[in-house]
Amino acid sequence: MAWETVIGLEVHVQLSTNSKIFSGASTSYGAKPNTQACEVDIALPGVLPVMNKEAARKAVKFGLSVESKINQRSVFARKNYFYPDLPKGYQISQYELPIVVGGHLTIDTGKGEKRIGITRAHLEEDAGKSLHEDFHGMTGIDLNRAGTPLLEIVSEPDMRSPAEAIAYLRKLHTLVRYLEICDGNMQEGSFRCDANVSVRPQGETELGTRTELKNINSFRFIEKAIEYEVERQIDLIEDGGTVVQETRLYDPSRNETRPMRTKEDAHDYRYFPDPDLPPMELDDQFIDSARQQLPELPDTKRHRFMEQHGLGPADAYQLTSDKATADFFEAVLEQTRGDAKTVANWVNSELAGYLNETNMVIESARIDPGMLAELIDRIEDGTISGKIAKDVFRSMWNGEGTADQLIETKALRQITDSGELEKVVDDVLSRSREQVEQYRGGQTKVLGYFVGQVMKETQGKANPQQVNELLKQKLESGD
Amino acid sequence: MERHRALNAFITVDPELSLNQARAADRMLKNGGSRPLTGIPIAHKDIFCTKGVLTTCGSKILSNFVPPYDATLIKRCYEEGMVTLGKTNMDEFAMGSSNETSYFGPVRNPWDQFRVPGGSSGGSAASVTARLCAAATGTDTGGSIRQPAALCGITGLKPTYGRVSRYGMVAFASSLDQGGVLTQSAEDAALLLNVIAGFDPLDSTSVEEPVPDYGSKLKDDIDGLKIGLPKQYFDEGLSPEVEVLIRDALRVLEDHGAVLIDIDLPNSELCVPCYYVIAPSEASSNLSRFDGVRYGYRSEDYEDLVDMYMRTRAEGFGDEVKRRIMIGTYALSAGYYDAYYLKAQKLRRLITHDFERAFELCDVIAGPTTPTAAFEIGAKTSDPISMYLNDIYTISVNLSGLPALSVPAGFAGDLPAGLQLIGPYFSESRLLNIGHRFQMDTEWHRRIPGGFE
Repeated sequence: MAWETVIGLEVHVQLSTNSKIFSGASTSYGAKPNTQACEVDIALPGVLPVMNKEAARKAVKFGLSVESKINQRSVFARKNYFYPDLPKGYQISQYELPIVVGGHLTIDTGKGEKRIGITRAHLEEDAGKSLHEDFHGMTGIDLNRAGTPLLEIVSEPDMRSPAEAIAYLRKLHTLVRYLEICDGNMQEGSFRCDANVSVRPQGETELGTRTELKNINSFRFIEKAIEYEVERQIDLIEDGGTVVQETRLYDPSRNETRPMRTKEDAHDYRYFPDPDLPPMELDDQFIDSARQQLPELPDTKRHRFMEQHGLGPADAYQLTSDKATADFFEAVLEQTRGDAKTVANWVNSELAGYLNETNMVIESARIDPGMLAELIDRIEDGTISGKIAKDVFRSMWNGEGTADQLIETKALRQITDSGELEKVVDDVLSRSREQVEQYRGGQTKVLGYFVGQVMKETQGKANPQQVNELLKQKLESGD
Repeated sequence: MERHRALNAFITVDPELSLNQARAADRMLKNGGSRPLTGIPIAHKDIFCTKGVLTTCGSKILSNFVPPYDATLIKRCYEEGMVTLGKTNMDEFAMGSSNETSYFGPVRNPWDQFRVPGGSSGGSAASVTARLCAAATGTDTGGSIRQPAALCGITGLKPTYGRVSRYGMVAFASSLDQGGVLTQSAEDAALLLNVIAGFDPLDSTSVEEPVPDYGSKLKDDIDGLKIGLPKQYFDEGLSPEVEVLIRDALRVLEDHGAVLIDIDLPNSELCVPCYYVIAPSEASSNLSRFDGVRYGYRSEDYEDLVDMYMRTRAEGFGDEVKRRIMIGTYALSAGYYDAYYLKAQKLRRLITHDFERAFELCDVIAGPTTPTAAFEIGAKTSDPISMYLNDIYTISVNLSGLPALSVPAGFAGDLPAGLQLIGPYFSESRLLNIGHRFQMDTEWHRRIPGGFE
């Protein structure tokens, strides 16, 4: 039987505010345990939450960017359950009236574009962390993360393959960084995903029973977890079994999912409106000002790069997948004589290659747009060849200087002086009698040999075009 | 104070803190910079967090808890230069009307030591009544300031919800809790409210409403004041002895030109059931943080995490607190939420609407604070419902968020009773004005129980 996969995603996006959603404590990552948890975060008796408006502004920016409805009156509720890293015994979250409702994100499926619906996005606070190592049979609790603002973005079950799910996640990941509402750091848990997965016979319109895969922290694992889970469900049904609605954990070391809890032992969270927080009212001015802060969004930028800069879809896609890269590209383009395609090549292959290799982001590279522009200009004006430029680029990457400095100190300037070049060419020809004969006998392919010799003599600094011309001229004139 | 230890009004006294504050107050008085209440001794209900001073909320589960911060109300009293005498006894987590649910034992009513002082601010009421301090702070969720003030013969003010910051006040039912004062007179209440009232950015439910000088209108004329008497507050539930006192008290106000009119609060009988869904629901969630993980009592003997939770809470909470946590958990559960919690919220709106309509007809509402005078210790402990009914006249005020004042109205035999005045939102000045005019013509608030003069 042919099966159809149905996937819906819940993404927890950590909003990059300076302070927590309901307290003034810092949100920065990696501090010593419990040093960034104030009396509100550790839920001392008597403390009260105060809403951080910046978190709301970031949520509104997201909603506007995916054409959602913004609820100008949204309500915080308490989700009650006991867990040691949940200090109050409840999580403050939006339940019945979330800040963002509806909207959509368009993904590229490889076969064209597809619209993925967004059900809602709501604000909530993160919990702390339980640390099970180093405590000899006990559990340590770090509440630094408790109270960090989260935007939980819930999609419609619109994705039909793991690849579509990943395309959606990448798109969302790009978007939240464009909006500067999240740093997107998956290792630090700033962008976390739960996947709801079910299968059904091709053509069936009712949804099958779903399982929820929890907290998977890389695109690759998400893809693998869904793949595994789809296969598990199909095997189960084909063997006459039924899928049980449950929460499952993905174990990357074994590439399998395991049940965590079933529907039967699901919590009754006893949601009710938090009496400590009046409904959050956002006036038109607040929403307008958030709208003003919206940057050019990835799709718009990509189309503009294609139209304005004449780039192909692949180049445009790669350059705009990250706002900093797109900004870098445009900054180089503005400062160089080189054309867009040349700049795109440098950014997408050379620079991207080094960044990948060293696992760095473009903002922290030593090479800034001005430096790359200068390098490209030196190729354009014939000072160095493209090949030499790659060496210069490596030196620039290593912090050895700018293009002009390196060309100077390493004497990399192309030999364009025709007298000087002619001397080298003559030398080469005079000691290569045999090859000259061959050439003149019609084997013109040996020209490459002469070019190579000249380049060797000049340590690659000769202008290849000039060398070619000069050689042909000398060989064909017959003297 | 040692002499009066038998009252059990205090859970903690900290002589060193008191002396230091007294010295600081002396310096303020000497060097200038003193404020109206600088140097005045005050006791704080043990529900307010005090930095470095044990804060138990009357519970075993917080019997070792020393807060690292001060409640906003406490901070304001410190800034005023007031001298803290100690932390007063109270019903556990403010759940009770007799101060008998305290882990630290019952408080005795200074007028009759076999009787309750009322609750939950029983220690505050007893300490003011016995003149152990000039005034005390309290909190009122369903009558916890007014009822003990009435049963002890002192003045108690529950301000409008949002008038006094709740920051640092251990939460019982967040939408009902309001800090206030227990004092020897309406005038004292006005001066103390000046200190503690005002917007607090740390409390999202506090209101940005200007704070008037509550002392400035105390002597205003009340000629022509329209006082509404809800017929529901004078029905068969009210004891005849208390009714006589209330009628006499109202005559005093009539002599000042006030006009009495009959009004109707048709949903009054719903306030007790409504309250006993909303308050426990919120409490069940508010008290979840007492789990033995980060502070407070933790059971000494447990198998695993769940066992630790269960034993800590089973051992750390008293029966009344457990009863309310269970009621609240039930009311919020899936399948019952609509029938209980949502329904109670609807009733709450009806009850509030009753008051809004009443205030179209009258300026303030008056009636008894409690249906009876103080009962004997142990008389109602086995019958929670009869205990709950003691708050029948006070609860609706919390459900509506209104301000209300209880002033001593006279004595039924040897036991005091209170006249309750309820006003529209932010009418504290008016209520204190009426209370003060009443006290200018009566002596009840000046009476001190034998042995405490």
